[in-house]
Amino acid sequence: MTVAEVVFYVLAGLTIAAAIGVVTVPNVVHAALFLILALLGVAGFYILLSSEFLALVQILIYAGTVSVLMLLALMLTRGAEQNLPTVPSGGQWPLGLAASTVIAIALLIAVLDSNWPGDTGQVTIVSLETLAGALFRDWLLPFEVVSIVLLIALIGAVILAHEDEREV
Amino acid sequence: METVAEQIPLESFLFVSAILFTLGVYGVLSRRNAVHILMSVELMLNAVAVNFVAFSTYTDPELFRGLIFAIFVIIIAAAEVGLALGIILRVFRYRQTANVDEVSQLKW
Repeated sequence: MTVAEVVFYVLAGLTIAAAIGVVTVPNVVHAALFLILALLGVAGFYILLSSEFLALVQILIYAGTVSVLMLLALMLTRGAEQNLPTVPSGGQWPLGLAASTVIAIALLIAVLDSNWPGDTGQVTIVSLETLAGALFRDWLLPFEVVSIVLLIALIGAVILAHEDEREV
Repeated sequence: METVAEQIPLESFLFVSAILFTLGVYGVLSRRNAVHILMSVELMLNAVAVNFVAFSTYTDPELFRGLIFAIFVIIIAAAEVGLALGIILRVFRYRQTANVDEVSQLKW
């Protein structure tokens, strides 16, 4: 067993355990902290897949910004009568478990039964310069469109969360 | 130099990604807190992004279209989180709850 395999299995175990924590712990704040762990695990996968830029983006945007936003929302949506936002999980969990088990079995059978390419040993590392060149030349139009989407989402979020004086 | 990706088969990454996605599905179906559901959606998006990057690294090293797609997935996910939290805050201000079962007025 090589070092890479050990790293992979440790990362996989960590990420899956953290993801199980996200969906099973009743306390939402603990779930958010587990989510940070799972997202950092995914960043580790990106490093293993030799895309360091994506790992950095993952840590900056997901583990940094998105998680902090989640915690902020949890603070702001706290019920007045309770200290921690513990919404009961409802009676749907057996159905949800059954449905997701079916999806899991289908996906895992598909993964194990198919002949995936890629064992050819032709893996090349994409350098940052190549990535930037592709992003700003070949994918320029999607890049500009997504920046407009981000701008609209930003304005929309401000308008949605804005305190309206007339209604208070 | 032997890269890491040559020592680990592609199936391993697909396996982990499938499990992550399924856990996200379970979270969306079983949790009732809106922020908790959002976190489960993030798990699913991450599973998809891992799949994209794995396929890009193993089968498409010249064009790495999966890598570009994963970047766009992350950008859209950031926009989605911002908007969803705005909506959740708005709902909470009117209804004093983040429980999605109590916010059923859009349901017929």
